[in-house]
Amino acid sequence: MKRLASIALATAITLLLQGCAGWQSALDPKGPAASELAWLIWFFTGLCAVVWVLVMIALAVPLTMRSRLHIDPLVLDAGADNRKLRVVMIAVGLTAVILVGLTLLSFFANRTLAAIGSDAALTIRVTGHQWWWEVRYEDATPSRILTTANEIHIPAGEPVRLLLTSTDVVHSFWVPSLSGKLDLIPGRMNVLDIKADKPGVYRGQCAEFCGAQHANMGTFIIAEPRAKFDAWWNDQLQPAAAPTSDEAKAGENLFLKRPCVMCHKIGGTPAGGTVAPDLTHVASRQTLAAGTLAMSRGNLAAWIADPQGVKPGSHMPVVDLSGDELNAIVAYLEGLK
Amino acid sequence: MSSADLTSERDLPSEREASAKGDIAPERDGPRDTGMDDASLHRWLTRTWRTPPGIIGALSSVDHKVIARRYLITAFLFLCLGGLNAVVMRIQLSGPQRGLVGPDLYNQLFTMHGVTMMFLFAVPIVQATGIYLVPLMVGTRNIAFPRLNAFSFWIYVSGGLFAWVSFALAMAPDVGWFAYVPLSGPEYGPGKRADVWAQMITYTEVSSLAVAVATIVTVFKQRAPGMSLDKIPLYVWALLVTSFVVVFAMPAVMITSTFLILDRLVGTHIFNPAEGGDALLFQHLFWFFGHPEVYIIFLPATGMVSAIIPAFARRPAFGHLGLVLSLIAVGFLSFGLWVHHMFATGLPKLGASFFTASSMLIAIPNGVQIFCWLATLWDGRPVIRTPLLFVFGFFFTFVIGGLTGVMLASVPLDLQVHDTYFVVAHFHYVLIGGSVFPLLAAAYFWFPKITGRMMSERLGRWHFWLAMIGFNTAFFPMHIVGLWGMPRRVYTYPAELGWGNINLFISAGAVLFFLSFVLFAFNLVHGALRGATAGDNPWDAGTLEWATSSPPPSYNFARIPVVTNVEPLWAERGALPVATGLRVDVRELLVSTVAEAYPDIREKSATPSIWPLLAAIAVGATFLYSIFTPWAIVWGAAPIAVTLVGWFWPKGDPEDEE
Repeated sequence: MKRLASIALATAITLLLQGCAGWQSALDPKGPAASELAWLIWFFTGLCAVVWVLVMIALAVPLTMRSRLHIDPLVLDAGADNRKLRVVMIAVGLTAVILVGLTLLSFFANRTLAAIGSDAALTIRVTGHQWWWEVRYEDATPSRILTTANEIHIPAGEPVRLLLTSTDVVHSFWVPSLSGKLDLIPGRMNVLDIKADKPGVYRGQCAEFCGAQHANMGTFIIAEPRAKFDAWWNDQLQPAAAPTSDEAKAGENLFLKRPCVMCHKIGGTPAGGTVAPDLTHVASRQTLAAGTLAMSRGNLAAWIADPQGVKPGSHMPVVDLSGDELNAIVAYLEGLK
Repeated sequence: MSSADLTSERDLPSEREASAKGDIAPERDGPRDTGMDDASLHRWLTRTWRTPPGIIGALSSVDHKVIARRYLITAFLFLCLGGLNAVVMRIQLSGPQRGLVGPDLYNQLFTMHGVTMMFLFAVPIVQATGIYLVPLMVGTRNIAFPRLNAFSFWIYVSGGLFAWVSFALAMAPDVGWFAYVPLSGPEYGPGKRADVWAQMITYTEVSSLAVAVATIVTVFKQRAPGMSLDKIPLYVWALLVTSFVVVFAMPAVMITSTFLILDRLVGTHIFNPAEGGDALLFQHLFWFFGHPEVYIIFLPATGMVSAIIPAFARRPAFGHLGLVLSLIAVGFLSFGLWVHHMFATGLPKLGASFFTASSMLIAIPNGVQIFCWLATLWDGRPVIRTPLLFVFGFFFTFVIGGLTGVMLASVPLDLQVHDTYFVVAHFHYVLIGGSVFPLLAAAYFWFPKITGRMMSERLGRWHFWLAMIGFNTAFFPMHIVGLWGMPRRVYTYPAELGWGNINLFISAGAVLFFLSFVLFAFNLVHGALRGATAGDNPWDAGTLEWATSSPPPSYNFARIPVVTNVEPLWAERGALPVATGLRVDVRELLVSTVAEAYPDIREKSATPSIWPLLAAIAVGATFLYSIFTPWAIVWGAAPIAVTLVGWFWPKGDPEDEE
């Protein structure tokens, strides 16, 4: 029995640690906002646990008393009831004090959070779509404005301002290890400031139900040292790499002739669609279809050949391609680093 | 209760006074219960109040107990259906990337689960319990507006059928139980699914408004003589406050669903930001109803707890006045919290903080209730029977739900846990812990009254432990997985996130919890068929419903009791004083004054009628048709008018013609 209990405890702890180590956990903060919130969560949890234990003790006490079965239920001990009234009053008073304390605490925590991004130098506009994220880096110089999808590169250690909106339904942007969530609402613009303390990859996903593929609307925040981040931005501003192999050249041709071009943009080519993710540097991203698949040649082929099997209900249509055509397009896209 | 005990006969207005007030002319008088012997009284009352025989008779019934039983059974069936939805969802989520159901079906499943549990189970069942118990507890012969009450049941059934038939046809709503626009709007919600959601809401709201009105009038005007405001049982207070909350909250959601269907059907742009509408308005309107909805479900449950604890603690509830004031305070405050469902929408920070404060504030009256119940229990070792066990289960779980509610009230904290499994855990602790456990306690407690038989105590204990273990196994880990980053309403999740093991554990708990309801259903059937005979008052409880036989006769009380104490049966151990003077050849009720419950006038109660059913069919068909065309309102008006004319056709009663 004791061994069983210790095994159960060990399992529970492993489970807990496993969760904390996750890259999408509110309990594993990697930025100042999430740290403040994790502290708040633990504080509230601790206090609530104490209150709960006290109530349970109060509930258990009468079980130790003598039965009242043989007393007329209307005969009451007035003295005892008066003492109880005092205890109840004190308990209510304590409840009020605790609640006022927690209200003030959350008010000041909110102010701390609001101060995090007050000097953000970088502004990124994140637009929610069913079911992917459009990411646009704002810049005073129009030629430096950059549009990409699903993965958000940010400089580590610097606050970044995200402008959140949506063109279709309500979504919610949530990267738990960096910050709390904020909704993307059509017709409105919300501002969320985030900051990652250290370089790393932090996963997030849509947190407001947005339709068939709500479950597969992931995003990644990729925090890098400033120099690496600047280099990345400059790379992304370049037009798409020209295909070198014959297969890839054929792929580019096919891409431009087939329906792909209606929705996707590839910088430096006539493909200029804006209703689906920008593919100019698609192969430089880590995942496909908003975090649904890891980026690889096989997954690219699977996604293009059977988008409704990979992500049922998604707006990516099935395009009728022969095996060779599919390979050519995959070869072309794979080169778009 | 023999006629020798008519100590309060003087409380009724004398014949001469009554005639002077003009409500009774002597030539319209018939036999009265005054001085009548018990056997002939029983014969008269049975003939007057019974539900007519035959199928048409059964469909015409306006007996509050018959309607309530139908309500209870129907709501229990919907609970089972909603529970099956949940089991399928839990199997799908028991591991990463499982393929039992796809997103299309999964989204219908969780929407139907929410809609069924909220609108077809929770609200109807708490109201149905009230329909059964309130008239008995206030000592009257039937609920006020009995035909409206019957109508409400038929509308509720048609709404439930409408939703579940559309699910069977794979056209159930798939937009979540709060169906936010634009996802449910004309552009992103094609087909008829969101229309089904919108009209199904309308059905159930019409039905629950009808019950609320009937309950309020019953409590205000039909209380037994002597039951002044300070002697109203806490359960009745809870239902009264709840009914007021229904009356003020339900119109908000009916407006929401009507605006939505207007947007979808006739192209208004109320919620369309592109045309000057506002998507966020929907959320405000919905939650202005949605938060009070939680208290519509929870307050009657607190009433049940307040009724059950005194019976087993063997004393009246401690702090009766405090409990009543808490109920009223919660009823008011419940309208000031809706924004805490919308903290993540980016409202102005100071405004949001106000709603943190108000959300925290409601914990105080709820705390008062908890402390008063504990103080009631502190007089000695309570008698531990299954109903009280479930009340203990209520304390154990509901307090957790209440405390996580305090966490959610904090704006910054909420931004991490909003729309995650933490919230799913929270509201199941509140709704199952705070309402379903008290309902189960109530089922064991009042089952003997309804059927005349006891449920098995042994099975009851098994049921309790199975439910407690299953529930906590299923729902406690959801707090953790929510903090680990799992959002709600996802049909699957990637294996890399490490949520697989804990979800498997949760699913196992969910299956256990479901099995506990199978055991409960067995115990219900077993009790109804084989249970030990209960007698009038098996728990020696103090309120009026225990004064009549189990099950109660169609007329509830042979003579109207007179109330001298908040626990009248404890105060009058020998026999209850009664008031007489009501006619026995027609359905006559005693109407009393609002505050002091002085007997005021004698009033006719409606007789059985098939028209409420026909009216419900006409209204139901109109609602159904209206998801296809707005002309439904025009064409539907005619049959509705016909049925209403039939319903209110003058009875040739001299009283009506004056």
